[in-house]
Amino acid sequence: MNPAESAGPDTQWMIRFDKVVKRYGDLTVLDELDFHVRPRERVTLIGPSGSGKTTILRLLMTLERITSGTIEVGGEYLSHTRRGDKLVPADEKHLRRVRKRIGMVFQQFNLFPNMNVLRNITEAPVRALGRPRAEAEAKARELLDMVGLGEKALEHPTRLSGGQQQRVAIARALAMEPEILLLDEVTSALDPELVAGVQDLLRDIASRGELTILCVTHEMQFAQDISDRVLMFDKGQIVEDGPPEKIFTEPEEQRTRDFLQAILKA
Amino acid sequence: MATINPCSGDLPGTFGDAMPFICDGAVVTAQVTLGGAALAIVLAAVAGLASTSHAWLVRAVARVYMEFFRGASVLVQLFWIFYAMPAITGYRLSPIFAGVLTLGLNLGAYGSEVVRGAIQAVPVPQREAGIALNFSTYQRMRRIILPQAFVAMVPPGTSLLIELLKATSLVSAISVADMTYQANVTVSSIGNQFTIFGIVMVIYFLMAQVITMVMRVVERRAATMVGRETPKRRPPQMAWTDPAPTSAGGGGKS
Repeated sequence: MNPAESAGPDTQWMIRFDKVVKRYGDLTVLDELDFHVRPRERVTLIGPSGSGKTTILRLLMTLERITSGTIEVGGEYLSHTRRGDKLVPADEKHLRRVRKRIGMVFQQFNLFPNMNVLRNITEAPVRALGRPRAEAEAKARELLDMVGLGEKALEHPTRLSGGQQQRVAIARALAMEPEILLLDEVTSALDPELVAGVQDLLRDIASRGELTILCVTHEMQFAQDISDRVLMFDKGQIVEDGPPEKIFTEPEEQRTRDFLQAILKA
Repeated sequence: MATINPCSGDLPGTFGDAMPFICDGAVVTAQVTLGGAALAIVLAAVAGLASTSHAWLVRAVARVYMEFFRGASVLVQLFWIFYAMPAITGYRLSPIFAGVLTLGLNLGAYGSEVVRGAIQAVPVPQREAGIALNFSTYQRMRRIILPQAFVAMVPPGTSLLIELLKATSLVSAISVADMTYQANVTVSSIGNQFTIFGIVMVIYFLMAQVITMVMRVVERRAATMVGRETPKRRPPQMAWTDPAPTSAGGGGKS
């Protein structure tokens, strides 16, 4: 490692939170949070609602501004740049460069209703990455085949079921070839019979081991299947950190036990 | 028997005397409406977008424009632009241009609120999905937000265009020979206010119907673009513009 940079970002981590604070007015959602994620690590965030899990994903996607502290992604500051000795908020150009490494799938899919399925997937590679349209379309059709929706390319997203929409949203995120994939309660809005299809797809994607994945979910079996590490959150801090087998079968912390029990009863 | 051109003066009685003038006026009314609409749409788009800007100065300028032109009487604005501007600038506008300018500025101010409201009504998650896919601020507006907002602009925009059409009658006050002006002139020479203003009223009404019909096509196209079904609701129509049930005029799938 370059010694001149030793005080700055560290490249052995894909994601690094350093004393991250996020406040909304008087409400502190994240309280001096530190955590690190290695490249290609798959991490599930669990915890009661309001514990700050989704906020972590939204901060990484630059949908929210950090109150204090720093986040690094792939050895670069996410929303800061260094000016002299000081860290200052980064400009849009910097954000767009770092953002390239990150993709996100949302609870409510958020497909663009003014574009058909194919266009939903190709628009960002064409506009934001400058790929030729033909290349983007070939890639999009590959992805649609992968998510099992090859014949739906020219449909309007509104004509698809929730499960199909979410699979398109996954294809759309992957079309940008991110290194990090953020999954924000991706099956919570789906009818029960559609959950399995989306989960199978994500298991398949996770098992290839190419992506660093951060997943927020309430489906504990799914969490266990796709992740090699689980972080239990409460009140903006990490309560417990360990492999899924351990956290789900013999958690050490009382708060983790309480939370898991509450989830299983539901 | 050949069809009679209603504008030729061949009709009997008051109709024959008045129609040639009213028809000339109707053409001017249509011109002022189209010119005013073109200007109003451009101004509404610019001021509406400006009022969603992150830069406060841009927002402030848009706001001042909107409040100023929305807040004062159109007729006074018309007089001011036509009579007072030459005194200040030394440059005299033609009456018809002064009319187009005033109506465009005025309706553009109302329209900017329609544009702003429609942009802000696009769900926030759409913007967030745009950020997550690394679109630039401009691309998000151009490719995601505006196409969705446009659908919501059409119905209130239609009302404003009809307002604009009716407001064109004010230009008769600066002696633009529009339909209202011609009606006044005709009444002062041959009388019969009841018939003449009746005719003019019906023609305004028919022109408004044309606007409504054109805009309904626009609305349907826009709704299809965002994957929405054609609106099932049909605004009330008069019997004679209502297409026969078998004709393709409706076109709405329900």
